Amino acid sequence: METQTLTYLFVGASFALYIGIAFWSRAKSTNDFYVAGKGVNPIANGMATAADWMSAASFISMAGLIAFLGKDGSVYLMGWTGGYVLLALLLAPYLRKFGQYTVPDFIGTRYYSNTARLVAVICLIFVSFTYIAGQMRGVGIVFSRFLEVDIDLGVIIGMIIVFFYAVMGGMKGITYTQVAQYCVMIFAYLVPAIFISILITGNPVPQLGFGDTLVGSSTFLLDKLDQVTTDLGFGAYTENTKTNIDIFCITAALMFGTAGLPHVIVRFFTVPKVSDARKSAGYALIFIALLYTTAPAVAAFARINFVDSIQNVEYSAAPDWFKNWENIGLIAWQDKNNDQSIQYSSGNALEGVRPDYSDRRGTNGERILNNRPNDNNANEIYIDRDIMVLANPEIAKLPGWVIALVAAGGLAAALSTAAGLLLVISSSVSHDLLKKTFMPRINEKQELLFARIASAVAIVIAGLFGIYPPAFVAQVVAFAFGLAASTIFPALLMGIFSKRLNKEGAITGMIFGLIFTSSYIIYFKFINTSLNFSENWLLGISPEGIGFVGMLINFAIAFSVSSITSNPPREINEMVENIRKP
Amino acid sequence: MHKKNTTYWKSNLKIVISLLTVWFLVSFGFGIIWSDALDNIQIGGFKLGFWFAQQGSIFVFVIIIFIYVFLLNRLDKKHFSKSSEDD
Repeated sequence: METQTLTYLFVGASFALYIGIAFWSRAKSTNDFYVAGKGVNPIANGMATAADWMSAASFISMAGLIAFLGKDGSVYLMGWTGGYVLLALLLAPYLRKFGQYTVPDFIGTRYYSNTARLVAVICLIFVSFTYIAGQMRGVGIVFSRFLEVDIDLGVIIGMIIVFFYAVMGGMKGITYTQVAQYCVMIFAYLVPAIFISILITGNPVPQLGFGDTLVGSSTFLLDKLDQVTTDLGFGAYTENTKTNIDIFCITAALMFGTAGLPHVIVRFFTVPKVSDARKSAGYALIFIALLYTTAPAVAAFARINFVDSIQNVEYSAAPDWFKNWENIGLIAWQDKNNDQSIQYSSGNALEGVRPDYSDRRGTNGERILNNRPNDNNANEIYIDRDIMVLANPEIAKLPGWVIALVAAGGLAAALSTAAGLLLVISSSVSHDLLKKTFMPRINEKQELLFARIASAVAIVIAGLFGIYPPAFVAQVVAFAFGLAASTIFPALLMGIFSKRLNKEGAITGMIFGLIFTSSYIIYFKFINTSLNFSENWLLGISPEGIGFVGMLINFAIAFSVSSITSNPPREINEMVENIRKP
Repeated sequence: MHKKNTTYWKSNLKIVISLLTVWFLVSFGFGIIWSDALDNIQIGGFKLGFWFAQQGSIFVFVIIIFIYVFLLNRLDKKHFSKSSEDD
């Protein structure tokens, strides 16, 4: 069968499965809708958490980023897994013991203040929408490349599917679909990785193949890669180019940010007992680690395969995947030395970096660009890093069904995360804004209705983000983690581990964390983008890592303000005592 | 009752702090601060610092959580032998 037909088959079958599960697990109460009736088995919850967590960014983009960043890319690997240790040891069990529905719920109750609750809701909505925009774009890319439907139509199909199980099933529907999505996703990630590992190193375990020798030679893969990248004018693959302080802060911001992301935290509210919340974080990390320890191997394989399959190849003889992605607009070639062959090396190939395609074709059949070539280097290739994972099976010439599987996996990753985010947005609107703040007299049935309406509205907004992608999506990811690290995480942590922290301290801390982090990011990412390099940064810390500094500021201010204002009331003291007991 | 809670909390903190020290050591320590120095040691095809940064730290993270689960379950049993069910 053709790859195209197989892709329709795999994607169609996986979508039918998700809808079937959604139908079987409809939510009947707010308890079902918000926290799946608190009856989810810890292993199932671990899988759902993993699917929730591993987004289009983890599945589609991460290995590609690492392939081009080399050792610098480690920040994502450590940052996006290390946060689970913090979650398991510092937050999950206590928040489960607290036993309410949302993250703002905890902050509002612990700091006995609706202002604190509101600040938390604002941060939460901002973080979640930032994140969702990226998911919908991922859905669009997969649809346009593998199913050859219009990106817009692809996004709409995705919206309808998510609508089905998120609005009908709430947390319950989402949880069980996510379990299925995890299985699809991990299978789709591992199969091509294993194939490619065997092809390149002869070792069927990608985690080990990564450190093994190349087939038919005694050279280690990583040594070869170091040599190839150095020859092409990049830094050696296994060495850092960023400074240690910047890597330290980015990793920390990603870790603390992960632990402060509401859609992840809320997953631990769904298990039956406190001890299950701890166990569940462990299972979640196992399931995540399966993909995250494969990713650096995939990255290394992809980089070496990519160079091997195009370097000094005549354009007319270039592989199909190269031309397909060029047609989508994610690869470009400009023949600087007029030798009809592709040369790849370091540096931006084009003036203005991103390709600006004209309607015309050149003598070799390539798309002609309006960009002027960048004469400072000999590189002729522009490549969007996001395509590496999707293109990898094609680059390695794997069979059609593997390619179809990867398409289904990419969609599973994007949809599962989108659904989880939609849920926290809708529950914070219906529960925290309406029920707990503005309309306290609505009954449970009305609240459930409002939750469904809120999630329907959120889906439409998310879809619009996918169809009209705001140009700033890539820039705002730093924002999501920075804000989670500098506002939500400290408020939760201090709420559990300090009895002395009062509402004045928590609120000023959150506000200072929010203002400091967002102004630093906005300044360098939006206002003065030309100044965004290390000489101008505070202590050499990039905007990606500044959330960590924001967090330290939050702590310092929260404790100073608390120490000069009154103690929290007695019942808060008892509440903290109570959540500390298992 | 109150005293029992305090000793439980103190033992819990001790466990959490020691495990977080390991967490810090393998990621920020071996993966970042001393990573370049560890790169001088090579095991198979991996430079050690690079390995900790890209894979090793993740394996250790998983182990840390399960040690925590084990220690806390034991601690719970010791202090609250009748396992407390909540809603």
